[in-house]
Amino acid sequence: MSNLQVSVYRYNPETDSAPYMQEFQVDTKGRDLMVLDVLHLMKEQDSGLAYRRSCREGVCGSDGMNMNGKNGLACITPLSDVVKGGKLTLRPLPGLPVIRDMVVDMGMFYKQYERIQPYLQNETPAPAIERLQSPEDRDKLDGLYECILCACCSTSCPSFWWNPDKFVGPAGLLQSYRFLADSRDTATRERLSELEDPFSLFRCRGIMNCVAVCPKGLNPTRAIGKIREMLLADAT
Amino acid sequence: MVTNITSFGRSGLSDWLMQRVSAVVLALYAVFIVAYLLFNPDLDYYTWSGLFAQTWMRIFSLLAFISMAAHAWIGLWTVTTDYLKPTHLRVGAQTVIILAIFVFLVWGIQILWGA
Repeated sequence: MSNLQVSVYRYNPETDSAPYMQEFQVDTKGRDLMVLDVLHLMKEQDSGLAYRRSCREGVCGSDGMNMNGKNGLACITPLSDVVKGGKLTLRPLPGLPVIRDMVVDMGMFYKQYERIQPYLQNETPAPAIERLQSPEDRDKLDGLYECILCACCSTSCPSFWWNPDKFVGPAGLLQSYRFLADSRDTATRERLSELEDPFSLFRCRGIMNCVAVCPKGLNPTRAIGKIREMLLADAT
Repeated sequence: MVTNITSFGRSGLSDWLMQRVSAVVLALYAVFIVAYLLFNPDLDYYTWSGLFAQTWMRIFSLLAFISMAAHAWIGLWTVTTDYLKPTHLRVGAQTVIILAIFVFLVWGIQILWGA
C-alpha cells in the first residue's frame, strides 16, 4: 500500500461560486503510474471529476494539464517525473477559461491557429498526380509537422497569457513556419505580412517555456527565430 | 491584422531590429565609460570635461542617448501592452513614458553641448 496525495483543481460554474482544490489519497500499489492512470483512480472515488482524455498514448493531445507546476500530457508523464515529496498537484492548462475542473475552453488557442492559415496554399495549377518535393525539402518539415496541438506550449507562455487575442503563440507560430518552410507553398509573402506587427510574432520574448514543456520535444522558439530571419531578409 | 499606433516604429519587425541595434550601442557605450573610469582612477573635472569636449565623444554620447530613447520606448511600450489592460490607463502611461523620454533626450543634448 503506497499512498499518493493528490490535490486537484475543481470548479463547476453551475454549483461553485469559486474554484477550490480537492485532496485525494490514491493507492498506487507502488507502481510508477502515468498521471492519467492516477486521474482514473481518482474518478473511481469521485465520478464527478472532469478531464479530457482520448488516446492515452501521447498522440491525440487531449490531456494537456499542469502537473506540479509544469505543463505536459498526463498520459505520458510518469509519476516519477513530476511527484515531489509524495505530493502531486494537478491544475488545468494556465491562462485559458475553465469550463469545468480540468477542462478548459481552447477557443482562443484554435482561433490563433486558424489565423496562420494552417493549410497548403499553391496558386500554380495542380499537377495530375501530386506536388513533388525533394527529400531535402521534405527534411525541412521535420520538427514542425509533428505538433499535436495539445496547447502545453502556448499556455505556458506569459506573452500568450497577456495577449491571447493578438499573439499567435508558440503552437501557431511553429505551424506557421511549417508552411513557410514548405517548398510546395507559394503564399510565403502573404503569410509573412500577417506576422509583421508588434504582437502576432514579435511578442515572443524568447524565454523558451514552450521548448521546456513540449511533450513531443519540438522547438517553437527556433521556428520563431527562422520566421524573424525570413521577415528581415524580405524587408531589408 | 493587428494594428498599433503608439509603438516606436509601428512595426514589430522594425521595433525588434531597433531594439537589438540600440542594445549593442548601449553595451559598447557602457563598456567604454566603465573602462575609462577604471583606467583613470584619479579623474578630475578637466579630464572629464575634456573627454566630452571632443566631437567623436559627443557623437558617441548622442548615439547612446538616442539608442536609450528608442530602447526605452520599445521596451516600456511592450510592458504597458502586456500589463495595463484598461485603455485609458495604458494610453496615459504610454504618453507619460514617451514625453519623459523626449525630455531626457533634449536634456542630454543640452548637457553635451551646453558646457
